Amino acid sequence: MRRIIAILMENEPGALSRVVGLFSQRGYNIETLNVAPTDDPTLSRLTLTTIGDDLRIEQITKQLNKLVDVVKLVDLTEGAHIERDLMLIKVRAQGALRDEVKRTTDIFRGQIVDVGPSVYTIQLAGTSDKLDSFVAAMADVDILEVVRSGVAGISRGEKVLSL
Amino acid sequence: MELLSGGEMIARALEDEGVEYIFGYPGGAVLHIYDALFKDCKVPHILVRHEQAATHAADGYARATGKPGVVLVTSGPGATNAITGIATAYMDSIPMVVISGQVASHLIGEDAFQETDMAGISRPIVKHSFMVRRAQDLPITIKKAFYIAASGRPGPVVIDIPKDVTRPDEKFEYQYPQSVKMRSYSPAQRGHTGQIKKAAKMLLAAKRPVIYAGGGVVQGEGSELLTRLARELNYPVTNTLMGLGGFPASDRQFLGMLGMHGFYEANMAMHHSDCILAVGARFDDRVTNTVAKFCPGAKVIHIDVDPASISKTVMADIPIVGPVRSVLTEMLSQIAALREKDADLPDRAALERWWRQIDEWRAAHGLWHGRRYADSDMIMPQQVIESLYRVTKGDAYVTSDVGQHQMFAAQYYRFDQPRRWINSGGLGTMGFGLPAAIGVKLAFPDREVACVTGEGSIQMNIQELSTCTQYSTPVKIINLRNNYLGMVKQWQDMQYGGRYAMSTYEDSLPDFIKLAEAYGHVGMQVTQLADLDAAMEEAFALRDRLVFLDVFVDRKEHVYPMHIAPNGSMKDMWLSKNERT
Repeated sequence: MRRIIAILMENEPGALSRVVGLFSQRGYNIETLNVAPTDDPTLSRLTLTTIGDDLRIEQITKQLNKLVDVVKLVDLTEGAHIERDLMLIKVRAQGALRDEVKRTTDIFRGQIVDVGPSVYTIQLAGTSDKLDSFVAAMADVDILEVVRSGVAGISRGEKVLSL
Repeated sequence: MELLSGGEMIARALEDEGVEYIFGYPGGAVLHIYDALFKDCKVPHILVRHEQAATHAADGYARATGKPGVVLVTSGPGATNAITGIATAYMDSIPMVVISGQVASHLIGEDAFQETDMAGISRPIVKHSFMVRRAQDLPITIKKAFYIAASGRPGPVVIDIPKDVTRPDEKFEYQYPQSVKMRSYSPAQRGHTGQIKKAAKMLLAAKRPVIYAGGGVVQGEGSELLTRLARELNYPVTNTLMGLGGFPASDRQFLGMLGMHGFYEANMAMHHSDCILAVGARFDDRVTNTVAKFCPGAKVIHIDVDPASISKTVMADIPIVGPVRSVLTEMLSQIAALREKDADLPDRAALERWWRQIDEWRAAHGLWHGRRYADSDMIMPQQVIESLYRVTKGDAYVTSDVGQHQMFAAQYYRFDQPRRWINSGGLGTMGFGLPAAIGVKLAFPDREVACVTGEGSIQMNIQELSTCTQYSTPVKIINLRNNYLGMVKQWQDMQYGGRYAMSTYEDSLPDFIKLAEAYGHVGMQVTQLADLDAAMEEAFALRDRLVFLDVFVDRKEHVYPMHIAPNGSMKDMWLSKNERT
């Protein structure tokens, strides 16, 4: 099962490599990884998605918790949560396809953020599924480049991951 | 406040931390530190002959005393040579602080001379690591390193220090912190009371209980409490390789070691148990055999300070996260309370039946029963350990290397006290024994320290005979010489049709007697059983000399019992070359 694990960790050199290293060292998969400082500059927030059964996820969270740089973590998929992945996608857009791409982008509530004579660059945010669907909807379009931020996530309601 | 340079701060901090020995080797990146040690430091430094030995010596010291071992090495090759020893300590949860020099800050990343990314290379085998960028951060970093290394589930911590951070001409205020608090690190201080109560109930309801105690009992100073618990309930106890000495081996309730080369009665009792109390043990693959077939009828109570050790391979029915001492203390009082309410707990009749069954197993194939040595005219390796046990009255510190000799020592030296058995269990590091013995002997100069080894292992750190000369550490090296890499040969006999690929040295072994003498030590050779005890006594009578006792043992002997793998359970064992369960 796919899980989203959010980690609050010390904003120290080497902290990220410890998290990433743990996954390769113990043979766990990372599907996506997103990391940036928080409003507190001493803390980084890392969100990663991984796949595994309950036992494996339990081991992953325990091993992550053991890392000295990890202050707190939560498995967001255990409760109601919001997840967002950001995609920038550059496509060939010429002739009749220009309108078609624009329409599809509107349907997905994306924005065309850069326009060239024969290309569009589209920005789209949402769940990973939504981004996948958009890419699938572009089947007839020549996709030139795709970049995704990886999932960032947060719990719904009062629940917060903080010190 | 006093002004000190980075190098001086390190020297002073190690004093303030109460460090007894630094094990190390100098080099370019740590010369400022060595100069500070030379000028003013009360902590003696032991110069080894290879950085791997520095880590093993510090490790041996730590295992014997319970205090963190301290290592100081230079950058590049100094640091990489220390890696095997750090990994050894990591796998066995041994507290250690390794200070490694690093090239000067402005050279980092430029492939400078003797530069290596120590933090990166050591990352998967340390509990934590630091790179210190400013001299002012040294005291707090060193304090944190010792705190992390020794608390919770102990382990090695690396502090990587660029050369310029230790320069003598820049001085800063020095104050060593009394204590340290880290928001991101807070090991469990006590177990969950509700869980402990549930466990106590389950334990008292057991009809075929086994206490399975590992290295956590030794490291966590829980031996006395565990022994009390076992004796109060009259429950059988088995130890892992790392746990030996955690429960007195000469006690009637002791089943011996369990696992791949565990005692027959220990493995049988585990397999047929209905309730296993695992204490500071981690269900290692060398214990469980095939996990899917592990102890099919048993409920598992698992106490460990490291939550990640619980339900990692074998699911715990009652997990208890906490230090062994506090959990066992609470469990003892819970058990007392439950028994006050119901004096019939535990079920004595069931326990009696269980003990009868265990005694039957013991009689059928205990290590001490019916061993047949008659088919060889050579000394059997087991007899050497028995002789060592007799001559040292079971009271020595015994270090070992890795292989057959290690298993024989684990099986035949009956450890009645914790911290006496010093071996690389998790990583299985050949070359561990001699440097570890140095660390133990320095910690306890008045105690007997024996290193049980083989020709393969001893040659992996033989250069440390020179360190022993320099610091007068008169350990006794007991070399079980069978002219093979014995454990490799055993597997080749059993699984590879006796094709001894690279497991013999042919005629290339050195004359160990002359070698020992070349370093200024005493060498003795034993080839006849009749001479064994006398030679052993003579070796230990030479109190102030290192003695290399080269004992020629049977070349064909295998270690038994041995788990049948793959797909075997705890009870599936080879008992000899042609008998199996």
